[in-house]
Amino acid sequence: MSQVERQQWDVVVVGAGGAGLRAAIEAREQGARTAVICKSLFGKAHTVMAEGGIAASMGNVNSGDNWQVHFRDTLRGGKFLNQWRMAELHAREAPDRVWELETWGALFDRTKDGRISQRNFGGHEYPRLAHVGDRTGLELIRTLQQKIVALQQEDEREFGDYEARLKVFQECTVTRILKEDSLKDGERVSGAFCYERESGRFFVIEAPSVVLATGGIGKSFKVTSNSWEYTGDGHALALLAGAPLLNMEFVQFHPTGMVWPPSVKGILVTESVRGDGGVLRNSDGKRFMFDYVPDVFKEKYAESEAEGDRWYDDPDHNRRPPELLPRDEVARAINSEVKAGRGSPHGGVFLDVSTRMPAEVIRRRLPSMYHQFKELADVDITAEAMEVGPTCHYVMGGIAVESDTAAARGVPGLFAAGEVAGGMHGSNRLGGNSLSDLLVFGRRAGLYAARYADDLATAPVVDDAQVDAAAAEALRPFSAESPEAGAVPENPYTLHQELQQTMNDLVGIIRREGEMAEALQKLAELRRRARRAGVEGHRQFNPGWHLALDLRNMLLVSECVARAALERTESRGGHTREDHPGMNREWRRVNLLCALADPTGVLAVSDPERGQIELTRVTTDPIRPDLLALFDKEELVKYLAEEELYE
Amino acid sequence: MSTTTSGTGSSAAADGGGDEGSGAYDARFRVWRGDVEGGDLEDFTVQVNDGEVVLDIIHRIQATQAPDLAVRWNCKAGKCGSCSAEINGRPRLMCMTRMSVFARDEVVTVTPLRAFPVVRDLVTDVGFNYTKAREVPSFVPPKDLGPGEYRMMQEDVDRSQEFRKCIECFLCQDTCHVVRDHEENKTAFAGPRFLMRVAELDMHPLDAAAATGLDRKATAQEEHGLGYCNITKCCTEVCPEGIHITDNALIPLKERAVDRKYDPLVWLGNKIRRRPTS
Repeated sequence: MSQVERQQWDVVVVGAGGAGLRAAIEAREQGARTAVICKSLFGKAHTVMAEGGIAASMGNVNSGDNWQVHFRDTLRGGKFLNQWRMAELHAREAPDRVWELETWGALFDRTKDGRISQRNFGGHEYPRLAHVGDRTGLELIRTLQQKIVALQQEDEREFGDYEARLKVFQECTVTRILKEDSLKDGERVSGAFCYERESGRFFVIEAPSVVLATGGIGKSFKVTSNSWEYTGDGHALALLAGAPLLNMEFVQFHPTGMVWPPSVKGILVTESVRGDGGVLRNSDGKRFMFDYVPDVFKEKYAESEAEGDRWYDDPDHNRRPPELLPRDEVARAINSEVKAGRGSPHGGVFLDVSTRMPAEVIRRRLPSMYHQFKELADVDITAEAMEVGPTCHYVMGGIAVESDTAAARGVPGLFAAGEVAGGMHGSNRLGGNSLSDLLVFGRRAGLYAARYADDLATAPVVDDAQVDAAAAEALRPFSAESPEAGAVPENPYTLHQELQQTMNDLVGIIRREGEMAEALQKLAELRRRARRAGVEGHRQFNPGWHLALDLRNMLLVSECVARAALERTESRGGHTREDHPGMNREWRRVNLLCALADPTGVLAVSDPERGQIELTRVTTDPIRPDLLALFDKEELVKYLAEEELYE
Repeated sequence: MSTTTSGTGSSAAADGGGDEGSGAYDARFRVWRGDVEGGDLEDFTVQVNDGEVVLDIIHRIQATQAPDLAVRWNCKAGKCGSCSAEINGRPRLMCMTRMSVFARDEVVTVTPLRAFPVVRDLVTDVGFNYTKAREVPSFVPPKDLGPGEYRMMQEDVDRSQEFRKCIECFLCQDTCHVVRDHEENKTAFAGPRFLMRVAELDMHPLDAAAATGLDRKATAQEEHGLGYCNITKCCTEVCPEGIHITDNALIPLKERAVDRKYDPLVWLGNKIRRRPTS
């Protein structure tokens, strides 16, 4: 049996972004001793990159806004595939979650009467996004970080120990969720197996509740706005623990990433540029988005440039410009323009704000964008247009959870919140709904995780065999398999690059059956080679080793995306099939669940056809009638199947 | 070992791009490698492509020549403040340092932050900063206002908002001469970043610390070592966010402390014209 240090906590939160920190704050305030484990330094999570704002129907700028309007926008954006109860809770609770941040010291931009200012964004009927310039995510992280420090200061006063009831284990990685080995109690969570990045030392946290808040999967794609941490860890940990993933085929390609220079390709250009008046043009100088308004949105968007321009000042008598369609629509449109030969010199389209606003307004409202283009691309956005193109940004799919409690289905004691959880956003997320999602469901996950831990009659026992197996698995890259004599170990960096290229080329923004089948073959090959991923050096802060371990997660999640995308023979939101271009109402009620083909969680080298993932189709619950009544019948006809309409 | 070098740059399927190669050249890098026991600069010759930043080159070294080269980074967009290092002796973010600022034949030397203990290669132990963060008393919400009732004018939050742009890269902490070569000052001195945090809370329109008997101005001087600062503005110079740390945070804090405690530098501070906050 391994000599591995063990610590006991009530709740362990994996991930220290917006959802993880909000969960930790809630669990601690409920009285649970709470540990947070994060791969980076405290305060560096991917949430800091969120720019535009937090969507919450406070109605500070347009008093017509309320949670019902927000709910409606969210379902339209997700093409009605959302778990409707999550969308309802999200719309109802978001304002409270934003106001609460102010009581913790957040400083949002203000309206003239001193309230929190709100800005326009794609798919939102009213100005709804609370923001701080274009660095809202940083404000969110810093506020939560400082709230955690405030709670630690309380503990220092009471117990003489900052970490008595809330501790952040920074630069640590979880590689396995541990479960009880008990016939009587079933498969309850018992803790997490972790390593310290700095020293390579293993440790175990024994805890009855684990909250996964690890974010997304973007690092499996080559062109992405995501940071290195986004290797799908929580998705994979859940799968390995026996919890299914929901609708993994839906991946959001943000329409506006930088396209040049090559080294910054994919870095995000905030949607606020369009929300504040920026327009998209092709190489002919045409505002092409007017040609791409789909039928379901025809009545809600301007038909002429003049009307669209009037909307910024008089939104009650004009319709919004089509640059503010949901992200999936804009990303597809840009892709089509480039394919038709009307792209910009570096393979994107033009996003222009320079002819729309005075230079000083641009610098005040979009300071990071001004800075980013000036520093990284030698482009002055107050004087010339930016070049932008789609970039992998967000995964709508994720761990299947109970809407109210954020509990993962099938594994008692496991919870999930934020990007790693699935369902809230349906097939496509609206901008601004991510930060509010983190807060609303981060809080709920922390609340129910603490309650679950408190209600347990007996503490789950960590199974020594699982600890030993996890330690052996984590050490494998130091003695990589070499089946043929003299075979060279694989370089994990090379494997990662090949994976990113595969997903980008074959399971990207526009998908085809043949290519996805090819992707599955390639993933199987990569999986085989990854067994031989070897590392040099020792365990102390060794990025090659860390990447070799992360590859397991990226390969699992990539297979989920490819398999689910191949299965869903329609186009909806963040899943576009060239061979099945229409949205199919019959598919609306179908959710695809991914589970491990071998439920023991042992990852054997499986044959490419079968793979490691098994798909099942499940039918969603019907939308509650009072929520359906928020929509016109004519609109519902476009989305719901016949039998749903007349139920 | 693979020879693949195209970590970034080749075309993407979605939109056809393709600018790789134009203007590529081989650069000479010297990167400090070692740990707490000691270490040395190691030479690398490595390809540089158009538009790349120092972090791209470090990543290429990692992917092709030194897979265990330790380096911190997250966003690669100047927003998280993780990839701080000293490039040719100057504290900078690697992700925001374009290769085009160096001559092609110039040797680029990358070393870890000097003010903090080395962990491995370019990674240092920045725990000092987290310790100091905990020593600054948190925001105190006003008792008579509930959530949703806060009213603040934009011009009143502007000043604190400037300080909240801070991405905690700790370059200012690294460059500040009070601690850079004086380990012994670390106990008594919070450093520019956390003195600025005191200023931020002090200027917050609704912070109710005073009502609880907490005088933030006085603590800056008495508990966080404001007196050590002699406003050489090194912190402001290295700030990647362009925050006017000295002029807008530290000097005003010194001025306010003066009623309570004589500080000769305030006289000097008053002589220096303050820049506007924009």
